[in-house]
Amino acid sequence: MSILVNKETRVIVQGVTGHEGGFHAKQMMEYGTKVVAGVTPGKGGRDHLGLPVFDTVEQAVADSGADTSVIFVPAPYAADAILEAADAGVKLVVCITEGIPVHDMIIVKRALEGTGCALIGPNCPGAISPGECKIGIMPGYIHKKGGVGVISRSGTLTYEAVFQLTQAGLGQSTCIGIGGDPVTGLSFVDCLKLFAVDGETEAVLIIGEIGGTAEEQAAEYVKAGFGKPVFAYVAGLTAPPGRRMGHAGAIISGTSGTATSKIEALESAGITVIKDPSGIGAAVAEKL
Amino acid sequence: MRIHEYQAKEMLSRTGIPVPRGMVVSTPEEARDAFEQLGASMAVLKAQVHTGGRGKAGGIKTAYSEEEAFQAASEILGRRLVTPQTGPDGLTVRKVLVEEAFAVEKEYYLGITIDRGSGMPVFIASASGGMDIEEVAAGSPEKIIREPIEPVFGLQPYQARKMAYALGVDRGKVNELVDIMLKLHVAFLVSDLDMVEINPLVLVEADDFIALDAKVVVDDNGLFRHDDIRKLADPAEMDPLEYRAKREGLSYIKMKGTIGCMVNGAGLAMATMDMVKGIGAEPANFLDVGGGADEGRIKSAVEILLSDPQVEGVLVNIFGGILRCDVLAEGLVAAAKELGMKTPMVVRLEGTNKDEGTRILTESGLSFAVAHSMREAGEMAVHMIRSDA
Repeated sequence: MSILVNKETRVIVQGVTGHEGGFHAKQMMEYGTKVVAGVTPGKGGRDHLGLPVFDTVEQAVADSGADTSVIFVPAPYAADAILEAADAGVKLVVCITEGIPVHDMIIVKRALEGTGCALIGPNCPGAISPGECKIGIMPGYIHKKGGVGVISRSGTLTYEAVFQLTQAGLGQSTCIGIGGDPVTGLSFVDCLKLFAVDGETEAVLIIGEIGGTAEEQAAEYVKAGFGKPVFAYVAGLTAPPGRRMGHAGAIISGTSGTATSKIEALESAGITVIKDPSGIGAAVAEKL
Repeated sequence: MRIHEYQAKEMLSRTGIPVPRGMVVSTPEEARDAFEQLGASMAVLKAQVHTGGRGKAGGIKTAYSEEEAFQAASEILGRRLVTPQTGPDGLTVRKVLVEEAFAVEKEYYLGITIDRGSGMPVFIASASGGMDIEEVAAGSPEKIIREPIEPVFGLQPYQARKMAYALGVDRGKVNELVDIMLKLHVAFLVSDLDMVEINPLVLVEADDFIALDAKVVVDDNGLFRHDDIRKLADPAEMDPLEYRAKREGLSYIKMKGTIGCMVNGAGLAMATMDMVKGIGAEPANFLDVGGGADEGRIKSAVEILLSDPQVEGVLVNIFGGILRCDVLAEGLVAAAKELGMKTPMVVRLEGTNKDEGTRILTESGLSFAVAHSMREAGEMAVHMIRSDA
């Protein structure tokens, strides 16, 4: 088992004829992901990378039976693309796009409530269940099938952590990049709930960073009883207050959202907090 | 993006929120003329720099005559304002806002921000205006009123009324305050703001509400649809290296340490800085070269790092994904050849085309130190600056 994405997942790519969309659609297919169609408004009827291209998500879903969409649409149009995918009835939308206005995401998040459509991202590397399905831009080869679930607000830092896990002999059930924006779809808590009931997942690694309260909420959830070991690393101990550290969501506002306060919250929930980012794999291996 | 107080007031004024009459000046002579033109018996002169805490730092003064306005402006202009928000270097004052001053009866706080926990905007109001709202929230949370704003329907008049009554304003003034609250919400929406606050909104002797101070943070991601706001960016308020980095498409934040860090990805960049600190040195900066970096951008990144005179050693930590290690290596070699290798550089490459990247570095004939893990890279970099000294 795994969560959210697996070998049955049928994926369409929104923005498939673009540079990024095309490149990563190909990489996903090479990994073994069932990519079944592409969508680019105005380019319907073509073939691209051996995939049928449609003008609308509705047409693509009707033709291909896709249940998941991955979005590589430029930021000004990405919120609309998420809403289109949800309206077409897919169960999961993975939005890779960085730079979507936060006001757009506030509306999208509200609109998705109650639709049964889950959103991963935006501004994220995507999700991968090693050996089964890769949806996103992460390098596939660093992953290995196994029992650690990974949830992260970051991109390359997730690769680093996963690489360390794999080198330490620890495989992963599913790795999810929930995104670095202030308003995102699935949260740490949403993913923890799924990992809690996933038979394959033996432990969970959370990669957090400064800003917001997602780590504190995760700590509260785990504190109430999770039943599996949870590990965490929080980036940004050296980050100055009031500055956006690359990610739109990585900002200490006044005195809230600091790495120190997050680490305290996580530790008080019984989570093993790893302080050295170069020792993540070793620290998890030692405990498992 | 931050904008100046006078720009924030113009933004609020356009939605119909009452703000004081005022003029922006950059010389004491202009301040004197401004005082005369305002025709008020009292004026306040306010330093226009992107920071709070200006009053305590000597950036706000009152004047009762043209000569006092001249004097106050000469004291404020050119001054380096150091506040808890600016860091030790402070910010130099280049512009002063000369405004009519009021006899204030009562001060309120009004603000809208995004509650990240719920993913919804939230209106915040308090009868303890004029103070740092975070301090009020920490010390006496009961004095803070929070009203969530439903994203699709927006702030409703009944919500504003509820807050106005809770603030305890006179019954006769409730509708006026409700109107200001609704207009503040309009400003928040139409300009893609991350945060807007009026602190304080004052009730003056003449029984009118006026926004005495305003602060706005614009969502950088929303700027593409606001040409007018983009123009308000003030390079003088930014660190010159940060400004240059921004134009080159790099995400760079200057810090105080000696180890220059070049990393791809914001999370990994923060983690690299944290690791440097953990080993016992201080990072000189945050630098995310981004996924789409090409040779040219890598070169500018090296130039920016080496332009910081405090940098004694450079640590390059790359986990290749979209950014290929060979592209990164080519950029490093090109930059090093052009700029010279006066500063020692440790490079750690992992991920896409790692071997090719390493080969380019070792065959360049330049003295790159190649590390095989993040930890090793950090330790080598810290060791280098130590043995250097």
